[in-house]
Amino acid sequence: MNGLNRVIRSGVRRRRVQTVVIALVAAAAVTASVLGAGLLVASEAPFDDAFAAQRGPHLTVQADPAHVTAAQLTASASASGVSAAAGPYPLLVVPMAVGPQGMRIPPLTLVARADPGGAVDRVELIGGRWATGPGELVMGGGMVRLPLGATVTTAGGTELTVVGTARSVSGTAGGWVAPSAVAALDAPGVTHGLQMLYRLTDPAQVSAGRDAVAATLPSGAVVSARSWLDIRQDAVEDAAVFVPFLVAFALLGIVMAVLVVGTVIAGTVGAATRRIGILKALGCTPGGIVRAYVTQALIPASIGALAGAVAGNLIALPVLAETEEIYGSANTAIAWWVTVLAAGGVLAVVAATGWAAALRAGRLRTVDAIAVGRASGPVRGRWASRLAARLPVPRPIGLGLARPFARPVRTSATLLAVAAGAAAVTFASGLGASLVRIQTALDQNTADVTVSGSFGGPGPGGAAPGGLPPGGSAPSGSASALDGAAVLAAIAAQDGTRAAYGVVEEPVTVVGIADPVRLSAFSGDASWAGFEMVSGRWFAAPGETVASAPLLKAVGIQVGDSLTVRSDDGTTTSLHIVGEVFESSPSVFTSTATVPGLQPAEFPIALTDGTDAGAYAEKLTAALTAQSLTAQPTGADVDPLLLLIQGLTATLTLLLLAVAALGVLNMLVLDLRDRVHDLGIHKALGMTPKQTIAMVIASVAGVGLTGGLLGVPLGIAMQRLVVPSMAASGGLHLPASLLDVYGPALLAALALGGPAVALLGALLPAGWAARTRTATALRTE
Amino acid sequence: MTDSVIDLRGVSRRYDEGPPALDDVSLSVAPGECVAVLGPSGSGKSTLLNLIAGLDRPDSGTVTVAGTRVDTLGEAASARFRRTHVGLIFQFFNLLDDLTVLENVLLPAQLAGARDKASREHAARLLDTLGIARHAGAYPGRLSGGERQRVAVARALVNRPALLLADEPTGALDTASGEDVRYLLNDLHAGGQTIVLVTHDLRLAEACATRTISVRDGRVEAGVPA
Repeated sequence: MNGLNRVIRSGVRRRRVQTVVIALVAAAAVTASVLGAGLLVASEAPFDDAFAAQRGPHLTVQADPAHVTAAQLTASASASGVSAAAGPYPLLVVPMAVGPQGMRIPPLTLVARADPGGAVDRVELIGGRWATGPGELVMGGGMVRLPLGATVTTAGGTELTVVGTARSVSGTAGGWVAPSAVAALDAPGVTHGLQMLYRLTDPAQVSAGRDAVAATLPSGAVVSARSWLDIRQDAVEDAAVFVPFLVAFALLGIVMAVLVVGTVIAGTVGAATRRIGILKALGCTPGGIVRAYVTQALIPASIGALAGAVAGNLIALPVLAETEEIYGSANTAIAWWVTVLAAGGVLAVVAATGWAAALRAGRLRTVDAIAVGRASGPVRGRWASRLAARLPVPRPIGLGLARPFARPVRTSATLLAVAAGAAAVTFASGLGASLVRIQTALDQNTADVTVSGSFGGPGPGGAAPGGLPPGGSAPSGSASALDGAAVLAAIAAQDGTRAAYGVVEEPVTVVGIADPVRLSAFSGDASWAGFEMVSGRWFAAPGETVASAPLLKAVGIQVGDSLTVRSDDGTTTSLHIVGEVFESSPSVFTSTATVPGLQPAEFPIALTDGTDAGAYAEKLTAALTAQSLTAQPTGADVDPLLLLIQGLTATLTLLLLAVAALGVLNMLVLDLRDRVHDLGIHKALGMTPKQTIAMVIASVAGVGLTGGLLGVPLGIAMQRLVVPSMAASGGLHLPASLLDVYGPALLAALALGGPAVALLGALLPAGWAARTRTATALRTE
Repeated sequence: MTDSVIDLRGVSRRYDEGPPALDDVSLSVAPGECVAVLGPSGSGKSTLLNLIAGLDRPDSGTVTVAGTRVDTLGEAASARFRRTHVGLIFQFFNLLDDLTVLENVLLPAQLAGARDKASREHAARLLDTLGIARHAGAYPGRLSGGERQRVAVARALVNRPALLLADEPTGALDTASGEDVRYLLNDLHAGGQTIVLVTHDLRLAEACATRTISVRDGRVEAGVPA
C-alpha cells in the first residue's frame, strides 16, 4: 500500500497542470452549484420562516373608529377560529414632507404601538430604539425609508425624528409611533383608523376567520381585512423572479461541470495508460490502479471543492442579505446541506469518471498498455488532415485546424463546454438588456428634468417650494390648482426643451379590486416616457384608456372592454380600454381630458442633446416661480433587485466562462501531451515558436467558432424562455420589444465569444508548446 | 576554418548532475564530406548531432554550421536555420502518422513558406528518385521500415540543405532495408551532399563515410579517414 501511496503522490505532483485544472474546475463547478442551488433554496421559504418567527397576523383588520369602539375590537379576539390577537392600535395615514425644502414623500401609514412585541406581529427592531414619546418615529421597511436621525414634517406641521428602524414581514405599517404621539398627528387630510391583528387556528381558513371576526363587530366597522395569504403571494412573487434565472444558470453550470470534469479526469487517466501498464508489469492489480487514479483525481478535486464551497457561500452573502432585508429574520446563509450536496455531487462526478477511465486502463493487457505511446496507434481524422492541407492557409494553421478531428470525443466535450459558455454569455447579456428595458418601461422615468409642485403648506422654516423625489410618485390631484397648459407652454419656451408632458396621479377605486388603483392622467405627448404596449394601442382620444395586466386580470376584463373608475369624491368615469400597457401594478393611463377637473401636477421633460440638466433646471425654476414649481434633474433610480440580478449574472457568467476556458486548456494540455513527440518532429523540421503558437491556437479556433455558433442560439432561446418566465412570476406579460434585444452588432460580438474563450484557454498551452525544447520533445515517449 | 560546413570548438554539454555528455569537443567537417560518428550507447553521439542541428545548446564552446553560430540562436532563429540548412534523418523515422507520404515530405518546405507548386514538383521528384513515388498518397503506417526511411530522407532533402544529419538511419531496419539506405546515402554523398552519420553500423560507415569519428564518454577519440 505504501508503494501505491507513493504512486498517487508522485502522480499528483508530476501532473501539476492537470492537478491544478482539476482543482480549478471542481472549484468553479462547486461555486456555481452552491450559488445556484443555494439561492434557489433560499428563495423558497424566507417569507414563511420570517412570518413564523414574527408570529405574523393571518388577518389584519382596519376598523373605522366611527363605527366601532376599542373595547368591541378587543372583544373580537374571542371570535371563533382566532387563536391570538393584538390591538386595537390607532392607525393614521399621514401626508409628509422631508428636508428643509419640504420635499413631499408618499403618505405614511403610521401605527401607534407602545412596544414592538406582543402575541401577534412581533416587529423586529433593526436599528435605534422604539418610539417612546411624541416627536419620535420608527421607520418600517416600506417604499419610504429614512435613516436614523432624519426628520419628517407631517401635514399638521408636527416634526418627527426617526429614532429607530424596524420591519414587519406582514407589512402592517410604514412606520410606528408611540400612542402618546397620536394626538399631535391629527390634521386635515390625515386618515384615522384602528388596526386589529389576528392569528387563526387554521391559517388556511382566512375567509371563515374574517367572517367570524366581522360577526362580532358592528356593521360598517371593518374598512379592510387583509389576508396573510395575499401578503405571502406578493412576497413569493418577488422571490419567484429569481427562480427561472437561477434554474437556467444552475443547469448550465451542472452540464458544464460534468462535461469538463469528466473530460479532464478521463483524459488524465487516458494519458497515463502507459504508466498504468508499467505499474501493472511491476505487480499492481487492476483494483489498485483504480484506487490510485481515483484518489489521484480526488485529492485536487477535494481541495477545489472546498475552495468552491467557501467562494459560493461568500458570493451568496450579499444576495441573502438583500433577502433578509426584504423578509426580515430569514436565512442569512446558504443551507449547509446545499453546500455538502454540491461539493459531494462534483466529487462524485470526479470519482465516477476517474473510476470508469482507470478501470478501462486497468483492464488493458499489460503489454498493450505499455505499448501505448510507443507504437503507432490508430490515426483518426485523416480526411480532415487531407482537407486542411488543401486550404489556402499557412501549413501550421492547416495542421492545427485538422487536429480536433483526431480526438473526436474529447473535442465534442470541449465543444459542448465552449457552447455552454457562449450560451451563458448570450443569455446573460440578453437578460441584462431585457431587465434594463423592463425597468425603464416600469419606471417610465426617462425624463432628464422633472418639474413638480411644493408640498401643500408651508415647509419647515418657511414656504420654500419643494419637489418630488426624482422618479417618485406624482402628487395626486390635490395640486389641481395648477394651469397645466400654461406650465407646458413655459417649459416649451425654455431653450433646450425637446419634449415635455404633464401627468397627475389619482387613486381611484375599481369594482372587483379591494385596494385603490392608480389612475395616471396625461397632458401632451408621453410616448417618449418609456411606456411599452403589450397589446392594442396608446390612448388617443378622451374616454380612451390603457390598463395594466394586473388590473385587467383582477377585474377579469380585456382590451376592448369598458371600465368604470370612481374617484375619492364619488365621481365615476367610464373608460374604454384600447390597449394593455406594460406595468406591474394595477393601473390605468388616460388623458387629463377624460377625467374632469384633473390638471397635471408633475412635468417630465426631455432635453435636447448637449443641454446641461442642472443649468436648465435652475433657469426653468426661475421661470416657474409664480406657479411655485421646482425643476430638478432626474437622477438615476436603479432597482436594487435589478442590480442584484445583474451582479449575480455577471458572477455566474464569469464562472461558466472560466470553466469553458479551463475545458479548452485541458483539451490542449492532453493533446500536447499526446503529441509532444510530433511537436518535436515539427520543430526539428523547422517549425518556429510563432508557427507553433499559430498551430495550437488554430487547433481550438474551429472548436471555439463552432461552440460560439451553437451557443448563441441556445443563449437566445434561454433568454426567450427565462425572461418571460421571470415576468410571469410577477404576473406580467412581456411585450416583444422588451425581448428583442439582440442587434446584429451584439450578435456578431457574441458569436466571437466562443473563439475568445478558446483563445483564452489556448494561450497558456500554446506558450508551453512554443517554449518546449526540440530535443526534449523528441526524447519524450 | 571558414570553409567548413561544421566547426565545433571546445564544446561541452552536461545534463543535470551527471557526467558530461560531451566534454571539450572540437570538430570540423568540410563541404562534401561524409563523416560517420561511431561509439557505444550513451557515449554522446546523439548529443553531438543535436548540437549541430541546433536542437540543443552547449554549456560551453561554439557550434558553427554553414557559417552560422547555431549555439547563439534562439528557438525561432534556430528553427529557421534548420529548415534552410539542415536535413534530419532519425532512427525511428519520426514521420507524422496523420499526414500522407507526400504531405510529410512537403512539410519542411511549407513551414519555410516555399511556393506550393515548386515544392510539390521537387517533392515528387525526390519521391521518384528514391523509388517511393507510388506511395505518395499513402500514410506512413502502411509502409515498410525501409520505405519509411526513404520518406524520411526525402523529407530531409526537400529544402536542399547544405548538411544532412542522420541519427542511426539503419538502426530500426532489417538487413535488406538497411542495405537500401546505405546505397541511398552513398549516392547522396557521391552527388556532393555533406553528411554526418551517427551509427553503430560499421558497414554503413565503411560504405559511405570519408572519415569516421569515435566518441567515448563524451570525448572525440579519433578522426580516421575511412
